[in-house]
Amino acid sequence: MDILDLLKSLLSLSLGDFIRRNFGTGPGTELLIDIGGVVILSTFCLLIVIFLIWLTRKIVARMQDRIGPNRVGGRYGLLQTVADVMKLLSKEVINPAGADWVAFNAAPLLIVMAALLMWAVMPFAPGVIGVNLNIGIFYILAISSASVMIILLAGWGSNNKYALLGAFRAVAQMVSYEVPMILALLVPIILASTMSTEGIIAAQTLPFILFAPVSALIFFISSLAETGRTPFDLLEAESEIVAGFHIEYSGMKFGMFFLAEFLNTLFMSGLVVTLYLGGYRFFGLENWVSADGYPYGRLIGLIAFFAKTFLLYFIYDWVRGTLPRVRVDQILNFNWKFLVPLSLALVFFVAIVDKLIPTGTNVVVRMTIHLLLNILIAAVALELLRRRGRQNRLAMSAGGGSGGVEAVAGHGGGHDDHGHDGPQPIEDVPDVLDTPLGVREPVAVPAH
Amino acid sequence: MSQQIIFFILAAITLTSAVVVVTIRNLFHAALALMVSFLGVAGIYVLLEAPFLGMAQLLVYIGAISILIIFAIMMTRRLMQTNESPFNSQAVGALVGAALALVILFVVIIRLYPMAPGDGVGQSAMAVDPAILQSSVARMGRSFVSAEAYVLPFEVASVLLLAALVGSIVIAWPRRGEEDNQ
Amino acid sequence: MLAEWQYIGIFVALSPIFPLAPVVLNRLLGPHRPNPIKQQTYECGIETVGDTWIQFKVQYYIYALVFVVFDIEAVFLFPIAAAFGQLDLFAIGAAVLFIFLLTDGLVYAWSRGVLEWV
Repeated sequence: MDILDLLKSLLSLSLGDFIRRNFGTGPGTELLIDIGGVVILSTFCLLIVIFLIWLTRKIVARMQDRIGPNRVGGRYGLLQTVADVMKLLSKEVINPAGADWVAFNAAPLLIVMAALLMWAVMPFAPGVIGVNLNIGIFYILAISSASVMIILLAGWGSNNKYALLGAFRAVAQMVSYEVPMILALLVPIILASTMSTEGIIAAQTLPFILFAPVSALIFFISSLAETGRTPFDLLEAESEIVAGFHIEYSGMKFGMFFLAEFLNTLFMSGLVVTLYLGGYRFFGLENWVSADGYPYGRLIGLIAFFAKTFLLYFIYDWVRGTLPRVRVDQILNFNWKFLVPLSLALVFFVAIVDKLIPTGTNVVVRMTIHLLLNILIAAVALELLRRRGRQNRLAMSAGGGSGGVEAVAGHGGGHDDHGHDGPQPIEDVPDVLDTPLGVREPVAVPAH
Repeated sequence: MSQQIIFFILAAITLTSAVVVVTIRNLFHAALALMVSFLGVAGIYVLLEAPFLGMAQLLVYIGAISILIIFAIMMTRRLMQTNESPFNSQAVGALVGAALALVILFVVIIRLYPMAPGDGVGQSAMAVDPAILQSSVARMGRSFVSAEAYVLPFEVASVLLLAALVGSIVIAWPRRGEEDNQ
Repeated sequence: MLAEWQYIGIFVALSPIFPLAPVVLNRLLGPHRPNPIKQQTYECGIETVGDTWIQFKVQYYIYALVFVVFDIEAVFLFPIAAAFGQLDLFAIGAAVLFIFLLTDGLVYAWSRGVLEWV
C-alpha cells in the first residue's frame, strides 16, 4: 500500500494490477476487480451521456444558426443537462390507463441494460476493456438485436396507437438494417480472422478503413438506422406519430429511453473507431511502458480512442443536423434493394480476393488490392443507381404531373412493377437534386 | 460450487417461465415468458462453456423468432380476446406422455453418463483442454466448410434456409393478381 | 473461459441498478396525483377510438421472416469469418456458395414484389 504506487497506477489505468499486487490473486480479488470494473464502466457511461446531450444540442444548434444552451452554468450552458435531469427527476410519473404493467415498466430498464451491456467489450486502451471475449463482435450483435424486442415491448405496453405504430416501424427498420450491418461486420472479421474486439485492433497495422471503405460506409449507414437517428428517425417522427414508441413515458422513464439512445450512438461511434479506424492505436505510443513498469501508454491510447470516437460522434451529429427524414417505403427499399445486395456482393468478393492474395504479402500491397476492389464495387453500384434513377425520372416525366404526388400514389397503390426503386438519397446526391420526386420532403404516407 | 448454484438459478428461471408460457391466458405475456425462458437457456449455454451458442440463442431466438411470434400474435386479432382456458381436457394423455418422456430422458442420461463410483459427471467436463475451448468458435467455423467435416450438411442447411424463405413467401404472400382483393 | 463470462454475469446482475435508481428516485421526488383524465391515452387532444391492439399488415411479418433467414445465416458465417486465416480455397468456395444460395432467396423475394412496401 503505497500512495505513489496508487497514483501511478491510476495514471497508467492499471488499477487492477495495483489491487492484484496488494491483495493477492485469488478468485475473491478477481471478483472484486470485476465488480469494480462494472461499477466504474456503468457510472462512466451514465455520466458521459450528460455531456453528450449538451454536446449534441450545442452542435446541432450551431448548425441551425442558433446558440443552443447558454444560460445554466456559464455562457456555454454546461450545466443545462444537469438542470434537465433535475427537472425530469421532479416530474410526475404517469401510468397510462390500460397499459400493460409488466411491459410498460420493464422496457425502460431493459433498454438501458442492453445499452450498458454492449460496453463490456469496448476496448478503451490496451488492457482497458471490460472483458476481451473471443466472440466480442457477435456478443455486441446479440445484445443489440435484443434491444429491438425491448422497443416492441415499450410500444405494446403503452396501450397507445402511436406508440404501437412507432414500435412496428422501429422493428421493421431495425430488423431490416441489421442484415447489411451483419454482412458489413463480416468484412473486418475476415480481414482480422478474429471476432474479438482487441484482436481486430491488433490486426490493424493499417486502419481497416483503407481496406474496406465500402464496408465502413454500409456499417455507418445501418448504425444510423439501428440507433434511430435522423435521417432514419421514423420510429419517433415527432411530426407524424408524435414520439413513437415512448410517447406515453414521462419523467425518468422517458429519460431512460433518451439515455439509451445517446449511449448507443456513442457506442456505435466507438465501434466504428474500433473496427475501421484502429481503435486506441496511436503510432505505437499506446503500448509505451515506463522504466518502472507502469503502462502509461494506456493513457495515450485512451485519449486517442476518445479523440477518434468524438470525431465520429460529431459526424453522427452532423448527419442529424443536416439530413431530413426519409419516408418509410424509401427506408426499406434503400435497405433491401441497395444495401443488402451491395453488402452481399462485398462479402462475396472480399472473401474470394483476400484468399487469392498469397499469405505473407506486404500489408500495403494487400491494402491496395482491397482498396481497388472496394472502389470497383462502389463504382459499379453507383453506376447502377444512376441508371435506375434516370429510368425513374424518364418514367416520371413521361407520366406527366409533378412527380411528388405521383410517386406517393404509386407506392400506395400496390402496383406490380417491382422495378420501381425508391430514390437513394444518401449515395447519390447529384441525382437527388434534380429528381422530381421531392425526395427530401418527409411526406407522410399512410402506411397502415 | 458457485457454478452449480448459478445453474440451478438459471434452470429455475427457465422452467418457471416455461410453465408460465403454457398456463397464462394473455398471449402477449406468454410470449414474454417464452423470451425469459430463451434467456435462461442462453445462460445455461454460456455456463456450459459454449458462449457462441448462447449468443446465437440470443440473436436468433430473442432478436428474431420472438419478433416473429409477436407479429403472429398481432395478426391473429381474435385470439387476443379469448377467454377460453389454455388447457384442453386430456389429463390422462398428458400424464402418460409426461411419464414416457421422463423414462426416455432417464434412459438417455444414464446411457450417456454411466455413473461409475468415483467418476462424477463434473470431473469429465473439467477435463476439456482450455486451449480447445478458447478457439472453439474458429474450429467450428473451420469444420463447417472443410471437406473432411461438415461441408455437405452446411450446404444442405443453406438450401433448407432458402426453401424456408421461398416457402414462407409462397404461403404468406398473396399470388399475383390476387393482391387487390386480399 | 468462464472467468471471462464472470464479468458479463456480474454486469447482467448489477446493470438493472443503474436505470432503476433514477426511476425510483423520480417516483420518490416527483408528485403522484393520478386522475382518470391525466391517465388517458395520449392522442393529440382527441379521445382514442377503439382498441389499440389492432390487426397489423402481413408485410411486417414477411420482413421478419426474411430477417430470420438472414439472421441464421449470420450465425453460420461468423465462425467461418473468424477462422478465415486457416481456410483453404475449397472452404472459401463452400462459404461463398452458401452466401450465393441465400442471395437467391433475396432475388426470389424481390421478384415476387415482397420487398415492395405497399
